[in-house]
Amino acid sequence: MVKGTVKASPREALLSHREKLGNLREILYANIVMAGEIPAPTGSERRITRFLSDRFTECGLDSLSLDQAGNVAGVLSGKTGRRNLLVAAHLDKIWGESEDHTVSVGVGMMSGRGLADNSLGVAVLATLPLIFEELGIELDANLILLGTTRSFGRGNLRGIRFFLENFEQEIDSALCLEGIDLGRLSYSTLGMARGEIAVELSADIESIQSREDASGVIGVLSDLVQDILKINEREQPHTRVLTGSIEAGSGYSVPPRSGLLRFEVRSLDADRVARVEEEINALVNDYPTCSGVAMKIEMIAHRRPGDLGEGHPLVREAGEILGALGIDSKVEPSVSELAPLLEKRIPSLTLGVTRGANRHTPAESILLDPIFDGLAQIVSVLEFMDRGEFSFREDA
Amino acid sequence: MPEIQDKIARWLETNTFHHSEFWDMQELVRAKREAGLTISLCIPTLNEETTIGKEIIVFKSELMDRYPLIDEIAVIDSGSSDRTLEIAASYGADTYLSSEILPQYGFKPGKGENLWKAIHQLRGDIICYVDADIKNIHSKFASALVAPLIYRPEIQYVKAFYDRPLAVSDDLRPSGGGRVTEILVRPLFSIFFPELTALIQPLSGEYAVRRDVLERLPFPIGYGVETSHLIDLYQLSGLNAFAQTDLDKRVHRNQSTTDLGRMSFGILQSFLDRLTKYGMAKDLPEWHGFFRQFQAGGLRHEQVTREIFEEERPPMITLPEYRERHGR
Repeated sequence: MVKGTVKASPREALLSHREKLGNLREILYANIVMAGEIPAPTGSERRITRFLSDRFTECGLDSLSLDQAGNVAGVLSGKTGRRNLLVAAHLDKIWGESEDHTVSVGVGMMSGRGLADNSLGVAVLATLPLIFEELGIELDANLILLGTTRSFGRGNLRGIRFFLENFEQEIDSALCLEGIDLGRLSYSTLGMARGEIAVELSADIESIQSREDASGVIGVLSDLVQDILKINEREQPHTRVLTGSIEAGSGYSVPPRSGLLRFEVRSLDADRVARVEEEINALVNDYPTCSGVAMKIEMIAHRRPGDLGEGHPLVREAGEILGALGIDSKVEPSVSELAPLLEKRIPSLTLGVTRGANRHTPAESILLDPIFDGLAQIVSVLEFMDRGEFSFREDA
Repeated sequence: MPEIQDKIARWLETNTFHHSEFWDMQELVRAKREAGLTISLCIPTLNEETTIGKEIIVFKSELMDRYPLIDEIAVIDSGSSDRTLEIAASYGADTYLSSEILPQYGFKPGKGENLWKAIHQLRGDIICYVDADIKNIHSKFASALVAPLIYRPEIQYVKAFYDRPLAVSDDLRPSGGGRVTEILVRPLFSIFFPELTALIQPLSGEYAVRRDVLERLPFPIGYGVETSHLIDLYQLSGLNAFAQTDLDKRVHRNQSTTDLGRMSFGILQSFLDRLTKYGMAKDLPEWHGFFRQFQAGGLRHEQVTREIFEEERPPMITLPEYRERHGR
């Protein structure tokens, strides 16, 4: 838990925010349902972009724009407009276009694919102008509300990177929204290397079936996973090597001839990430060619580690706000939108909106009541950012 | 029959809409206000806990809070044993048990009963009925049905139609819905009321109607309610009293062929009743109220018999309690 020293927003103000925001309950819930039922696989975010831009238009946001990367941004103009605050939520989901995106609504909860990651974040973004209106809060700074594309997997955060490369004004501070978990406080990013290893058996069917286990490429992939797990074991706790998915085969009895292994190396230390990546490269490149196995590695994403620092005023304030709401903060390094923001030395955080379960499964669910704690937290953090009493690196 | 064909073609041109024609919600709300109309949304339910919450949220947010088009949202329930009413109330709908509305007239189980009692309970000049089992709910399911009534005073009754995929496990099928329409109702309409074939989904559970019309219609309490409405209003006012709106797509639960058989049996009863009432069929024998289906068990076939009797409620305007409550 982050210990704060900066005086927190008065608890009464936070609780008052939370109570008033109940008036927007239906609008927020409807936005969650609507954002949740739009399929948005990485690279195909057009429909959810349209949804968000329609919402921004209805709220009368200034300077609504769609950029070449498909990001949608709207500006809630500040009183002075001398500074710019960014609130970002990624629009894409891990689920394919043809998956059932129906949202079910129960008492105090909703469930459906992608609700936590990240339909809820998008819905909050869509509702933020009304939230400020309801609370009667007008910031000095401009609030740039940004829905970003191509966050996951091969998308490699292309949306937010494009925005940061091409936005012509300075961004003073930023907040990334993720649906779950409330209490999440991310102010650092892990170094990360993400890759795919494609394996293909070049031998004929007879020789494959003569393999001892008749498992085709699955046996090779299994050996590879074991080797990677050994690296993981040796490098813990500083570095983790995660094997996220294996694809091979389509039946019960035919040994598959090709397969794919996806992995990710994560560490706070960029050198360790590079070293482990080299090691995995060597595993692939040194695989005996005489075995009839062709192996190819492709690295599809990299992140450099970044850290705002536990003692940064923004981090301490966010921890204080959570504390005032009676929520323990959970410090959790991120590998998502926060990474390019910290790379650009923009003081930034990632916060969760509510509690939920079954993330990245068809039964992904979110609790509704805690959302209002999450919203009060977001508003209070933005009010603090608006005061602008910090820079990226606080040496104090 | 070229004149019927021409009439249908003209009607399709003037009285068939696409929901996108009513995209301008601010304009729709303004027109509603100017016309001095009030609108009630009624969702009849029986054990719909999986979909009711979402419907209430979407309608309340979009058509009450964001655009004040609907004046009340009511769930009228036939006695659900699940959490339908609790969920509906928790998201802000007015909830009623059908058995507690006009209790002196008793309670008859059936969707038509709920629709009928809604006329007494709700206040709107227009009542929009929406089924509770829609998975892909959107505010257009109500707004695009009431819009023709707001903009065109001569229109009395607006039906929804859609490309109708059924939800079968997680997959969507592009067609296959409306089987009872295509196999039963459309052939019957083609023979007896050819102009009514212009309605693409005559059995759809989503429609908006003026109170002046609803209160004068008798209500079969079961499966025949929609078919009877169409025939009765057609006989009274002709095809031009109707309009229909394309809502694109509706995802709902699939029904078994056995269930559709029962539905067809009920609809056919209402249909025959209307033929008799309007003198279009004479000397029909008294019909049996038992629908017989069979199920096979090994080499044996077992009868499954169910009594389906399309009882009818009288026009609401004939009830003194109604006239008093609504100042008629």
